[in-house]
Amino acid sequence: MDPIKESLLKTSKKTKEEKIGKIITTFCILLIIVMVGAILLFVTFKGLATFFVNKVNPISFLFGTKWNPSLDKPQVGALPMFLGSLLVTIFSALVATPFAIGAATFMTEISPRSGKKYLQPVMELLVGIPSVVYGFVGLAVFVPLIRKIFGGTGFGILTATLVLFVMVLPTITSMTTDALNSVPRNYRESSLALGATRFQTIYKVVWRAATPGIMTAVVFGMARAFGEALAVQMVIGNAALMPSSLTNPASTLTSILTMGIGNSVSGTLENNALWSLALLLLLMSLLFNMLVRWIGKRSSLK
Amino acid sequence: MNSAKKSRDSQFSDRVANVVFYAIAGIICLILAALLLYILITGLPHVSWKFLTSTSKSFQAGGGIGIQLFNSFYLLILTMIISIPISLGAGIWLSEYAKKNRFTDIIRTTIEILSSLPSVVVGLFGFILFVLQFHMGFSLLSGALALTIFSLPLLTTNVENALQSIHFTQREAGLALGLSRIETVWKIVIPAALPSIITGMILASGRVFGEAAALIYTAGQSAPALNFSNWNIFDISSPLSPFRPAETLAVHIWKVNSEGLIPDASQVSAGASAVLIIAVLIFNFGARYLGNRLYKHMTGNQS
Repeated sequence: MDPIKESLLKTSKKTKEEKIGKIITTFCILLIIVMVGAILLFVTFKGLATFFVNKVNPISFLFGTKWNPSLDKPQVGALPMFLGSLLVTIFSALVATPFAIGAATFMTEISPRSGKKYLQPVMELLVGIPSVVYGFVGLAVFVPLIRKIFGGTGFGILTATLVLFVMVLPTITSMTTDALNSVPRNYRESSLALGATRFQTIYKVVWRAATPGIMTAVVFGMARAFGEALAVQMVIGNAALMPSSLTNPASTLTSILTMGIGNSVSGTLENNALWSLALLLLLMSLLFNMLVRWIGKRSSLK
Repeated sequence: MNSAKKSRDSQFSDRVANVVFYAIAGIICLILAALLLYILITGLPHVSWKFLTSTSKSFQAGGGIGIQLFNSFYLLILTMIISIPISLGAGIWLSEYAKKNRFTDIIRTTIEILSSLPSVVVGLFGFILFVLQFHMGFSLLSGALALTIFSLPLLTTNVENALQSIHFTQREAGLALGLSRIETVWKIVIPAALPSIITGMILASGRVFGEAAALIYTAGQSAPALNFSNWNIFDISSPLSPFRPAETLAVHIWKVNSEGLIPDASQVSAGASAVLIIAVLIFNFGARYLGNRLYKHMTGNQS
């Protein structure tokens, strides 16, 4: 064949390269999807064994208040852990949110320059500190402190809340900062032009306009608090009892999981029940995810 | 008269609010300062060359963190070797090839889900898949794979954002010169985005370095003695072997505190925490410094 015709009919080197590149990158993204699918499937599959193999009633699992899976007559009620997780999550969000909104407002409205210079690196460092270190500090500082003030052992929901407060603060703050930054500049200008003070502008205009974003930030923080394992496990006391007060030892889904999985034999009711806790944890994390999307969708309609 | 009072009131509340905002910012800075100072002051006196290099003890006082420290770095390197190519590919796909359709939406949702999964769940998944199903046992490799899952969403979004921030004229110029799309990405867009990609990777390294929950049941909680003169990577006592159980620094802190079998648990964990914090600080400042240096180098901006 004549070389010109040949070169016109054959796919060029560039096209081939392009195809290979596209295949490789698509493969990478598919790998991630497969991984997420596998995680969801495996945990669901393992977590449902309690109900299908061991014939535990899901209602009595969710609302049972006794957790003694290793007894002869095992009791698997997940309510104490679930409540424990929920309480530390809600309390830490309640404490952290005002601080986060305050810090974010400081960074966007009050003093952007020193916010960027000091507060931003502080937040980045707080995110970077490993959770075991938070756990260790909680164990070494907060536990004795709470013991001295409130009596008891010092382990409990209150201590866990204090530790989680510091851990979720940077998450909520940085997302709230983004939300405040995306409030259009002319909102502020028109408010100030009407004679409002800076605080009135912040309080009545900026915060109102950024409310969906702030809510998203809080939900993200709560998701992080709900899934946090080791720092909480070190300071909460890990007693699988119904939480009766803020300073009594309690437990969370994650703390019972990290303590238990290694000590139970695969296939037993105890092990299966722990996987059901993992499934519960997974479902909660998906719920938080959906909540974020729901807030996002609702706010985009307006 | 009335309006004058009102305006005075609102000016007063404005001033009060100002003070409150400054106070909140100050308190947060104080919290961090107290945290860092506490860890460094209680920890640094225990950090010595012997502490950093000697092996840990299970029941007596005086153990070090040598093997754990080595394991942490080795595990980090293994994780990055696995996850950087995948996240680069995935990030390129998302930024360059993703069309606006349902499929892309699903992919973005999956990445979001992955990034919000609790790390215990990732660890448990790694335990049942890598450790039990694939018979890798408690090993560095299982740990690195679990950490890969943990770090992928972080790295991928970082790569995607870095590539997105490159102006489209750069791509157009590349295409106009007759480069293929992937060549444009590889030879023009990625080099231009490199400073922020590398910054993101170092920051992710910091997160991976301190992660423990995903490792307890994948890389294991034991650190067998290593023979540092054995370079055969298939031998279990070789430090380079990816098939040996490897407790990392973060897992060690957790284990020492929650089991409490060694009498000097609080000293060991204080020292180890200080080392961990210093590593995280180095990662943080390293990312910033290197990012700035690279940016200046790439753009020829000397200011």
